[in-house]
Amino acid sequence: MDEILRVRDLRLATVDKVLVEGLSFTLSRGERFGLIGESGSGKSLTSLAITGLLPDAIRASGQITLAGEEVVGAPERRLVGLRGNAVATVFQEPLTALDPLMPLGRQIAQPVRRRLLRQGLPATRPDITREVHTLMDQVRLPDPDRLMRAYPHQVSGGQRQRVAIAMALACQPKLLIADEPTTALDVTTQAEIVTLLRSLVTDLGISLLFISHDLAVVGQVAERVMVMRDGHMIEAGPADTVLTRPRDSYTQSLVAAAARFDAALEGDA
Amino acid sequence: MDDGVNIAARVGSRKNITLWLGAVLVGVPLLAGLVSFVWTPYALSDMVGGRLETPGWAHWAGTDRLGRDILTQLMVGARVALVVGCGAVAIGAAIGVMCGILAAFATRFADDALAAFFDILIAFPTLLIAMLVVATRQEASLGTAILALGIGLAPIVGRITRILTKQVLGQDYIVAARVCGTSWPAIVLWHIVPNILPFLGVNLALQFGLAVMAEASLSYLGLGAPPPNASWGQMLQEAQGTVYSAPWGAVLPGLALFALVIGVNLLADGLRDRVSSQRGEA
Repeated sequence: MDEILRVRDLRLATVDKVLVEGLSFTLSRGERFGLIGESGSGKSLTSLAITGLLPDAIRASGQITLAGEEVVGAPERRLVGLRGNAVATVFQEPLTALDPLMPLGRQIAQPVRRRLLRQGLPATRPDITREVHTLMDQVRLPDPDRLMRAYPHQVSGGQRQRVAIAMALACQPKLLIADEPTTALDVTTQAEIVTLLRSLVTDLGISLLFISHDLAVVGQVAERVMVMRDGHMIEAGPADTVLTRPRDSYTQSLVAAAARFDAALEGDA
Repeated sequence: MDDGVNIAARVGSRKNITLWLGAVLVGVPLLAGLVSFVWTPYALSDMVGGRLETPGWAHWAGTDRLGRDILTQLMVGARVALVVGCGAVAIGAAIGVMCGILAAFATRFADDALAAFFDILIAFPTLLIAMLVVATRQEASLGTAILALGIGLAPIVGRITRILTKQVLGQDYIVAARVCGTSWPAIVLWHIVPNILPFLGVNLALQFGLAVMAEASLSYLGLGAPPPNASWGQMLQEAQGTVYSAPWGAVLPGLALFALVIGVNLLADGLRDRVSSQRGEA
């Protein structure tokens, strides 16, 4: 099976408002796919829909096939099995995405333990600790023994996001969704996280759905991109084509704006 | 910079004073109650001295109108107050936390119904609910008093738990936990309970104070633990007739009650400050 995710004719709507309509795309195994759009374009809702975590007020119709299983309309019990196993998400704001009262080590250990049990492997305390250490190594977190006992507010934003990535990877998902993972970070940290995500996804051979409003960041990560606006697809194609020779006027304006921004920075420097 | 450090240190020490004062005010009755199991100055119901003796060497806290030692009664009363307070809070918390979390997870309709039910029960004075429970059991005993007050406290705990749980449920880390496949029971156990506990704990301490006061009121009315148990409320009631000639008989149990309730609140406040500074909020 070459296809990890297929979205067909996805429509998300509340009682009185259509939020996403007619959205279709596919992701194959090991592919890095970028979803570009301004805030409110429906990109984060799409990612929630893929994991079956939409708020109750939003109804989904259409098809989302994740690792061969249908997500839209699936009962919660099936979804719990799918989450972690097939898909994991890294969110925008790592401070609120981590439990403030739980040491970082335990936050990573919980998905590790569930995965070991799911795979039928021994899940004793030393097994789990060893796995947590490996993961912290993988996301290049320094001083694992100290960080394991630290609480989220005691470490930096970049380290928190690395912990969040370690938690997502702990599940060994087939698809990793990164929902604006760099937006809450400063620019140098952004670059580190982007490089990290890219190399991890390549090394582990998992697919990446990278969601961002930042064309430059998406350009560094994704092979294929899709531009969204007001819940509709505007343009899709290989990243270098869409980002350098956009056909649609909206994408053109986005690219031009980014270019002007870069030029302004260059001029300043 | 120096000022900042000084202010931080002063705020820190003020919090520590709260915590320590609370610990002492709770610790003294706790110790007295524990000691009363193995030793009291005199036997509880024996008439060991003259009637209404003023506090002195033989009877540190004086004697009551039957010539019983008041210090002995205070010690046993401390035991009763703590047992009733802890028992009532435990029962109230067990029922309240469970119902509160259930309500927060329930469908909209069931949630509204439970919330309204809590509100109606809260509108009844705790003491009245407790008296109704004692009435249905048709006998006053320590166990009945604990059960009655526990049931009286449950809706208050339930309402607070419901609100706190809803707050936590709206947090990103709950979505983050769900997205990596954590089941609801695990989320309740590992994320919701620890995160509502600091706030709930402070409230439970308030409820403990309420329960101790309510137990005193029940005993005052003769619906609490029957003799030979001594209870501060019962002592107050017995001293009522002699409050002008022998004020210590009423003042001392009143002070004990006051100190314990204040102490528990200070202790809870101090502990909450500790927790929130650990969280990085202070």
